[in-house]
Amino acid sequence: MIVEANSVRFDSLALDSGATLAPVDVAYETYGSLNAAKSNAILVLHAFSGDAHAAGISHETGKQGWWDNMIGPGKAFDTNHYFVICSNVLGGCRGTTGPSSINPATGCPYAMSFPVITISDMVRLQKMLIDWFGIPRLLAVTGGSMGGMQALEWAVAFPDRVVAAIPVATTTRHSAQQIAFNEVGRQAIMADPDWNEGNYYGKQPPGRGLSVARMIGHITYMSDDSMREKFGRRLRGKEAFGFGFDVDFEVESYLRYRGSQFVNRFDANSYLYITKAMDYFDLTNGQGSLASALARVKARFLVISFSSDWLYPTYQSQEIVRALRARNCDVGYVELESNYGHDSFLVDVGEQTELVRGFLANTFEKAA
Amino acid sequence: MTSQAASGKHAFVRESLGRSDYAIIGEIVEPRSRVLDLGCGEGELLQWLVESKDVEARGVEISREKVQRAIARGVSVFQGDIDEGLADYPDGAFDYVILSQTLQETHHPRQVLREMLRVGRRAIVAFPNFGHWRVRLSMLWSGRAPRTRLFPYAWYDSPNIHFLTVRDFEELAGMESLAVERRYCLAGSRRVSMLPNLLAEVAVFLVSAGAR
Repeated sequence: MIVEANSVRFDSLALDSGATLAPVDVAYETYGSLNAAKSNAILVLHAFSGDAHAAGISHETGKQGWWDNMIGPGKAFDTNHYFVICSNVLGGCRGTTGPSSINPATGCPYAMSFPVITISDMVRLQKMLIDWFGIPRLLAVTGGSMGGMQALEWAVAFPDRVVAAIPVATTTRHSAQQIAFNEVGRQAIMADPDWNEGNYYGKQPPGRGLSVARMIGHITYMSDDSMREKFGRRLRGKEAFGFGFDVDFEVESYLRYRGSQFVNRFDANSYLYITKAMDYFDLTNGQGSLASALARVKARFLVISFSSDWLYPTYQSQEIVRALRARNCDVGYVELESNYGHDSFLVDVGEQTELVRGFLANTFEKAA
Repeated sequence: MTSQAASGKHAFVRESLGRSDYAIIGEIVEPRSRVLDLGCGEGELLQWLVESKDVEARGVEISREKVQRAIARGVSVFQGDIDEGLADYPDGAFDYVILSQTLQETHHPRQVLREMLRVGRRAIVAFPNFGHWRVRLSMLWSGRAPRTRLFPYAWYDSPNIHFLTVRDFEELAGMESLAVERRYCLAGSRRVSMLPNLLAEVAVFLVSAGAR
């Protein structure tokens, strides 16, 4: 499946902060085809460092999409039946307007003059895209991690536009621990002299800081077990310790590699803005209980967590499910057994596939 | 409840009762009502109720594998134990709360019954009758913890921790001021009318909170 990136421009978007962005570009991809009733559309929402390229082989880069094992003909999100849409989030650096985009008022990149954005800003922009497609109601909204936050926000903000929500490995708000990891990442970037208060476009980007931020991220996405299995204490290309600070261990080599790869595809300022949006996210908006925040929800839910995910632990998914049950919402929930930590939702897809396929088929049948 | 308990329940539905409990529960449950099945296994009963009675179905099940299969067949099931399964729901959320073959496995059966009748207007409770003559004879003859078709476990790995008979349940219902609206006593798939406490292998009760 060779896929092409598309883009659409909207006049303006009013943000939670009070600022307005104008214009706003949204990069998106689609897979499968929209039926005549426009009732088979699924919006897939990417995680923090993802992009609109969720499935297939990119026409431009030749790379596989980030959820290619879940989206495609015969897969969980079966493109023989459903029309799948994925767009890059607001604040991103992969085609949708973000801090690296040109500010039309100055002709220069926004950099740190980009307004602070929220998860609900991201979702309102996605809704403009869905309106633009003329889709009255999404069959499902789904995503893992930050994508799951957006799925929850969709169900709360636009209850009449969502038939079903599948939030995976996510939370209704970040814990102190989650905020703490994000803050370490941000500080690593801002401590890099190349960051230069965010003004590095056209110059040397803060690669060292961004790469350290990514290394921390990768540690939180794995588990003790999966790291032991993958690296153990194995040495990298040597029989004995080097008695220095070059790479000794496999795990060091892996983290350095992932960090340096990330620098090539991600903008450091986007890292700051998007992690901030995640930290600000709170489905209750700081008011009242979660159950009362869910008062208007009409969607049915399938909530999935993973046993080894310590970054978005099972208790956070259970909180969502409890509140939905207190509102007597239609919700299924399961904690899947997996060793891959938070990454499980991306890599361990066998059981997810069975669940999602059955849930979607049943939802589609009921909604018809 | 252990996963072993869950598998015991599954065998109960399929092998001991065949479809006769479906028939009874189908007779009890009104069309288009709201049903919660505690310990719902793979959701066979709920799916059947959805298809034949158009009910709004929810389930609670402890075993991950069973929850996965239930969700894959389109039934909304929550992975958790029965106590968790009940606590979150508001009062009167359901028309029926079903507890099939699990009352004798719960740690606090009275508490479970009360919670069932808090979240549901009626409770449907099915349980194996420990007063059945085979159980009585087994114990009398062997002098050991009874093992029969319905109680196949050795004492040390039985999920059943609170043995009860038809008469015991009726007494508890009296103590809790529950109204017994219907009672079905079964031997295999046959209804038993005489000496139910001696002849019934399984009893199904429909109870509601009586006048307090």
